[in-house]
Amino acid sequence: MKIINLDHFAATKMRPEVKTAMDPFFEQEYGNPQSIHTLSDAPREALDKARNQAASLLNCSSAEVIFTSSGSESNNLAIKGTAFARLEKGKHVVTSSIEHFSVLNAVKSLARLGFEFTQVPVDRYGFVDPADVKKAMRKDTILVSITHASNEIGTIQNIKDISKIAHEGGAFIHTDANSSCGFIETDVKNLDVDMLSCAPHRFYGPKGSGIFYLKKGVRIMPLIDGGVQEFGRRAGTENVPAIVGAGVACELAKNEFKARQEHLFPIQKHIISGVLSSMDEVYLNGHPEKRLPNNINFVIKYIEGESILMWLNNNGIMVASGSACTSKILKSSHVLNAIGIDPALAQGSLLITLGEDNTMGDAEYFVEKLPQIVEKLRNMSPLYEEVKKQKEAQKATQSA
Amino acid sequence: MPIYSEKVMDHFEHPRNVGEIADANGVGELGNPTCGDIMKIYIKVKDEKIQDVKFKTFGCGAAIATSSMVTELVKGRTLDEAESISNAVVAEALDGLPPVKMHCSNLAADALHLAIEDYKSRKAGKGPVGKVDTGDHDHDEVLEAL
Repeated sequence: MKIINLDHFAATKMRPEVKTAMDPFFEQEYGNPQSIHTLSDAPREALDKARNQAASLLNCSSAEVIFTSSGSESNNLAIKGTAFARLEKGKHVVTSSIEHFSVLNAVKSLARLGFEFTQVPVDRYGFVDPADVKKAMRKDTILVSITHASNEIGTIQNIKDISKIAHEGGAFIHTDANSSCGFIETDVKNLDVDMLSCAPHRFYGPKGSGIFYLKKGVRIMPLIDGGVQEFGRRAGTENVPAIVGAGVACELAKNEFKARQEHLFPIQKHIISGVLSSMDEVYLNGHPEKRLPNNINFVIKYIEGESILMWLNNNGIMVASGSACTSKILKSSHVLNAIGIDPALAQGSLLITLGEDNTMGDAEYFVEKLPQIVEKLRNMSPLYEEVKKQKEAQKATQSA
Repeated sequence: MPIYSEKVMDHFEHPRNVGEIADANGVGELGNPTCGDIMKIYIKVKDEKIQDVKFKTFGCGAAIATSSMVTELVKGRTLDEAESISNAVVAEALDGLPPVKMHCSNLAADALHLAIEDYKSRKAGKGPVGKVDTGDHDHDEVLEAL
């Protein structure tokens, strides 16, 4: 059976160019970039090149790029690194109610150490209102961390306005761009941010790589102390193959940026309109336009996400869900909750994330299969039973 | 995908006894939409035997499979026999469930017992009792059990 991956936030296939660039650094050029001898030459040059490639994508200087192990590490470094470095200034962090767990749980960990945080709410589309950030700011606020675009609902925030407020309040601003990097513009100067997290594995780079932008002059405490790697901000022998791969993924993203959007938008549009027009009581989460080109999030009433996933899987279609049963911590998505979706309704959530391997044919196949699965599961659902009876009764009165 | 046994997948893909019984004399409904599982079991009892049984379930793969399995296990059985079937017996008949599902989605036998209780209550002239909201799970407890 053909596998159709509609879960690219979980994993993307590395581009052949990425793998080719990485390959020499496992065996032939295995040297440590920090050595003084000849073995270090090629790895060190490769590291410099990757740093330039990442800097070019983010529009910063290469001295502002720190390679990490993941998007989650970058988020932790931003939040804890800033908090530990600015103890004297204050202990308050502002974030939102729709952050990724690597932001949310990092802030909660800080709270256990005596820090305080404020989560600003979002509207029904998932937008943070900059005025709410302003309200949340305190004298002792050291950091504002708001996602650039939600990995779950795709809503793209107005980071620039939020940055302005953070800076006016004397705080640094970090944005989690782990979902947006490679798909929409992530120019750190335009966004006016001090820190940004980027996850190359989401855009055809290798897993085990992360990029952290740290504006020149912004001080953080490292989370991993040791040697001078990554300008002393992140010790540990560099994962050279992963960093090389991350660099190539950044270069490809920069060159193909527009082409990727032009490829994804029609597929996204076809799935959204196809699904909404073929079934009753299915809703799109997030904003209809101001969203990532690769993200679609539906809630389908009266049925549960895991059973939808399993049936789609049987048809070769891989998707994700925000239901409790699929969450591993048995809680439905806090992001859906934050945009006002009742936890019971969130059980029927479906998260579709597109990538370059998807075709219009995939979209058509999905739009054809999903309603059949939904009908099958709804016909088994006790919640739908009552609704159906009500609908039939309505019909009967209308025709009588 | 959670790692489900072949039997679970079989019952998920080909659920037995799905539907309603129009003249059911016992109905049991159990669960909570917030947790993602609601099971409704209909029984038609005659001569203290489960002559017919059907179910409707809102939930994950395990919830659907356990519902299907319990109906298969009790069809044609006496009420006493049906009452002795526990959630654990249902899970075992499916060659086991992932640990996390044992706690949350393995409620089908409870829904059946509720349907039997409902039947007995109606018979005794006390009226139907067949709907129970199980409330939220203790999530920390679930995580600790894993």
